[in-house]
Amino acid sequence: MIPAAFEYERVDSVDAAIAALQADDGAKLLAGGHSLLPQMKLRFAMPTKLIDIGRLHDLAYVREDDGGVAIGALTRYHDLEASEELRQLVPIVASVAGQVGDPQVRHMGTIGGSVAHADPAGDMPSVLLALGATFVATGPGGMREIAAADMFPGLFQSAVASDEVLTEIRVPKTPGGWSYQKFTRRAQDWAVVGVAAVRMNGGANVSLTNMGLTPMRAAGVEEALAGGADPATAAERADEGSAPPSDSFGSDEYRRALSKVLVRRALEEALA
Amino acid sequence: MATTETFIGQPVLRKEDPELLTGHASYIDNWTMPGMLWMALARPPYVHATIDGIDTTEAASMPGVVGVYTAADFELGPLPFVWPITEEIKVPVHYPLASDKVRFNGDAVAVVLAETREQALDAAEAVAVTASELPAVIDIEEAAKDEVIVHDDLGTNVVVHWSHGGGGDQSVFDSAPVIVQERYAQPRLIPNAIEPRGCLAYGVPPVDEWTLVTATQIPHIAKVTLAGTTGIDEHKLRVIAPDVGGGFGSKLNVYAEEALALALARRLRRPVKWIEGRRENYVATTHGRGVVHDCTLAGTEDGRILGMKFVELADMGAYYQLLTPGIPELGGWVYMGPYDPKAYWFEFKGVVTNTTPTDAYRGAGRPEATYVIERLVDSFARRIGKDPADVRRMNLHPPHEDAQTSIMGLNIDSANYEPLLDKALGLVEYDKLRADQRDRRERGDRTQLGIGLSTYIEMCGLAPSNILGALRYAAGGWDGATIECLPSGHVIVKTGTSPHGQSHETAWAQIVADGLGVSPDEITVLHGDTHSTPLGMDTYGSRSVAVGGVALHFAVEKIKAKARTIAAHELEVAEDDLEWGDGAFRVKGAPDTAKTIPELAVSAWHAHALPEGVEPHLSATAVYDPPNFTWPAGAHVCVVEVDTETGATEIVRYVAVDDCGTIINPMIVEGQVHGGVAQGVAEALYEEALYDESGNLTTSTMTQYLIPSATEIPMMTTDHSQETPSTTNPLGVKGIGEAGTIAAPPAVVNAVIDAVSHLGVTAIEKPASPERVWRAIQEAKGGAA
Amino acid sequence: MTNVSVTVNGAMRDADVEPRTLLVYFLRESLGLTGTNVGCDTSSCGSCTVLLDGESVKSCTLLAAQADGRELRTIEGMAEGDQLHPLQESFRLNHGLQCGYCTPGMIMAAASYLKENPSPSEDDVRLALEGNLCRCTGYQNIVKSILDAAGSMAGAEA
Repeated sequence: MIPAAFEYERVDSVDAAIAALQADDGAKLLAGGHSLLPQMKLRFAMPTKLIDIGRLHDLAYVREDDGGVAIGALTRYHDLEASEELRQLVPIVASVAGQVGDPQVRHMGTIGGSVAHADPAGDMPSVLLALGATFVATGPGGMREIAAADMFPGLFQSAVASDEVLTEIRVPKTPGGWSYQKFTRRAQDWAVVGVAAVRMNGGANVSLTNMGLTPMRAAGVEEALAGGADPATAAERADEGSAPPSDSFGSDEYRRALSKVLVRRALEEALA
Repeated sequence: MATTETFIGQPVLRKEDPELLTGHASYIDNWTMPGMLWMALARPPYVHATIDGIDTTEAASMPGVVGVYTAADFELGPLPFVWPITEEIKVPVHYPLASDKVRFNGDAVAVVLAETREQALDAAEAVAVTASELPAVIDIEEAAKDEVIVHDDLGTNVVVHWSHGGGGDQSVFDSAPVIVQERYAQPRLIPNAIEPRGCLAYGVPPVDEWTLVTATQIPHIAKVTLAGTTGIDEHKLRVIAPDVGGGFGSKLNVYAEEALALALARRLRRPVKWIEGRRENYVATTHGRGVVHDCTLAGTEDGRILGMKFVELADMGAYYQLLTPGIPELGGWVYMGPYDPKAYWFEFKGVVTNTTPTDAYRGAGRPEATYVIERLVDSFARRIGKDPADVRRMNLHPPHEDAQTSIMGLNIDSANYEPLLDKALGLVEYDKLRADQRDRRERGDRTQLGIGLSTYIEMCGLAPSNILGALRYAAGGWDGATIECLPSGHVIVKTGTSPHGQSHETAWAQIVADGLGVSPDEITVLHGDTHSTPLGMDTYGSRSVAVGGVALHFAVEKIKAKARTIAAHELEVAEDDLEWGDGAFRVKGAPDTAKTIPELAVSAWHAHALPEGVEPHLSATAVYDPPNFTWPAGAHVCVVEVDTETGATEIVRYVAVDDCGTIINPMIVEGQVHGGVAQGVAEALYEEALYDESGNLTTSTMTQYLIPSATEIPMMTTDHSQETPSTTNPLGVKGIGEAGTIAAPPAVVNAVIDAVSHLGVTAIEKPASPERVWRAIQEAKGGAA
Repeated sequence: MTNVSVTVNGAMRDADVEPRTLLVYFLRESLGLTGTNVGCDTSSCGSCTVLLDGESVKSCTLLAAQADGRELRTIEGMAEGDQLHPLQESFRLNHGLQCGYCTPGMIMAAASYLKENPSPSEDDVRLALEGNLCRCTGYQNIVKSILDAAGSMAGAEA
């Protein structure tokens, strides 16, 4: 399987990338390529042009910042996994980065690429949602911040505009309790269902992977917890507001049941 | 160099490895030729549709495109189908390209030739097909109702009915004290050799000679049959199987692409190459399994099995490929398992559906049979409240060293089953596991333990030609071997088997090394080329060692007979005064007076002083037709932990005890068991081909079709210390290539059911996915699911 | 067409290719390095694994252009003359391959991993191979080969 033909341009700055995006409606950004190229090989995606931002090494970093941690959008999973700073300050991101795909994928795939792809089955969007991350997009008019709640408006859609580049992701320090429960058939697979739980602000934020068209917060669970429910009771509300897919990995019904088990386990681990 | 060392039974390292390890293998996609064109096929996105028109104009005008062809552009015969198992069988005619109807998702209607791979693929996408869609039928039971007909000219989808005819007193199925009736469904599997198929056709046009290099298990059968399909004279067609990256039955076939590449190379007088994409592989290469069995076991309250009866419905797919209806028939001879029932019945119906054709997949009929037998025996044990190990032990066929006729009518070469079961139970520490299981059940643990057994036999060494004839198979089951002893001391072995991972170069060298008293390092094994190794029937059905390996033995015997004559002449003694020992012919009573095979090869080559009537050159050919099948056996035990909340299964132990007769190379045997078990685990827990409501394959890439990785496959404990020699052949060998795949699926599924049986679960189908297990638990609880 | 220039197995190589050319086809067809195999097309099977700047990647899911100016190592660059790399030798000694098709990818994945973790456990090795599929060996002897190679490589460095 070989992609349909396209033009290719490697850029050396964010500004150049933005200019190239503005110049061609059919253009797409290429970071690690591990979300986009598989789609192109199956000819599900046929961009006219790829703008390779993979060499913008300035956008690959993890640094402590304003009481939080700033992650450059082009930081690879492998580097997130290996980042000592991240393991101390936001361990859920480092740990989940090490569970995405397989080692080869993690050597290429970037956190920004995954967020921009906005796959509801992706682990990282869901974790960043639980963390209440702030996303920084840079466009023709400069930088703007996007709140986590606004970042994933629809299936495979992010709030980053077609002439913007996602440049940074800011997450709060959450060295305390956390858990990511990823249920897969095989280690390399996408989550059938994933649950991220992070102890924050005296409570817990909980989000769900692959339980709907977008990554989503488990609002019912959070509400129950805020009301004083124990993890097992709160977990019963895991699938509230979800719309899980039915596919060869599991039915809607099974995913709902699974989400309850996994939320309970995530809470038990995060709040222990 | 002559040697006194012996090699059979030793873990000799593989001769195949250096090239494979360093990136210098000869896989088909590594071949290229000057002037070569690339071929790609247009497979329209229909499942079942009448073709109204095929417009190739746009495709033909694209860059690099040399030609676009439809069925009308060829005069090709139908693809070979060589196993019309009954007189009444209805046979759909299967041309390399469809012209009237698309009958499955993947059916090709046009072929493109272009200068590059990319250009060919782009143009194939641009072939425009207009078609009128018809309702499709995917499910075999639905298809058997004949509401949608796949082949109008056949008038029915139920194309074949084969009955074994039964053995013993059939009344037990009505009158026995215990009657267990079960229905088991086994999904379609996609073989997934990691190397996709591919071929390269080229020729010498002035003399009309053509060569097909193809990723196949069967170059010899391909040559004979492709000569028929393409009209190339058989003596002008050469088929080469280069290094082949796995087959598992999926390359035991003769495919449309092979015929098309040959026909187009001949037409354009240029080399033509085709390499299959993986998505293409999933629809255009044969599938396996896809059967439903209605099963009856007649038994007694104390656990005695009186009779076993199976009625099967088997999915043929949209057409027959090479052997399709023969696969369930092949399984039809092992439905008694290693047991000793007094009554036997097996019959099946083959049904065509709008799906990719099925054919052999590792085990071919025997895994399907073993799965239902072993599920049924466990069900019987549960019914009468006995331990499944005890029930098996009580019913195992008594041992015999000589061939004995079994209830199904064929002769079993030798048998000794009970020690295999005992060995397996001992290795796995069965009693301890049962105690652990009791404790967990009493505590109500979230994670429960399950122990699954599978005792099996298989029928290998395909096959005595007279039996194949009686079964209406078009070819024989013999194989050939030629041995040439060169004056340099080197030995060339030409085998008719065609390996694709099974290590024949090494094992065959070991057999010949021991026979001739030379080191395996001095032996080169040639295979898979119909020019250099013309006599053969190829590699499938665990036949290679039991037929091709034994042919080597007889060629060795011929070499030795001739060498003995020369040695006696040179040593000036009578032939009877010589004995073979320590790798040489030695004069009785004066063993230092001796002649080695390399020495005699020199004498035979220069031929200066050969005894009268002896031809120069030390070489011999043997063609061996086995007098019987071979019958390996074994006992496997799988131990699983099942998460009762999610339904997830983890295999925590796996013990495989196999008796494959005399072992040539224990390292290779162990590797075959590992791989077979892994494929069986895959079948039990992960893999199934799924279709959407319209009949499109949804598990259409390796991201949806779940081939397990190293993280899912357990460490296995293997034992092959019991070697009950086959009485079929003088080497005593039986075969091991499919044992793991035959034994493992029921062992694993039985373990999963066992883990949750205390909750009331009595059945879970393959693959025992977390959802299926979860659902079974919910249903047993009387829950919502 | 775009020019791609890389250092492969220590040698500078370059070729003009279409932008859509995948790294694996650049290696196989432009440079003639056919040791790297294509198995699945969906970055599932890992047969096409090579080292990019020393790290394992799936060359079927990279454009050749993405590797421009960078360093690659393929299975052909593992042995030194007749001296097999310790991983190759270990696969040979442990019967870590049958048909051999997945083997280059397995070896390259293992080479990358052992640099990150020179003394892995069995479970570590299995997890490190999650992106590499084999249909012949059941993985047992592959895992054993890598564990043994880790031992011999550590021994060689000590």
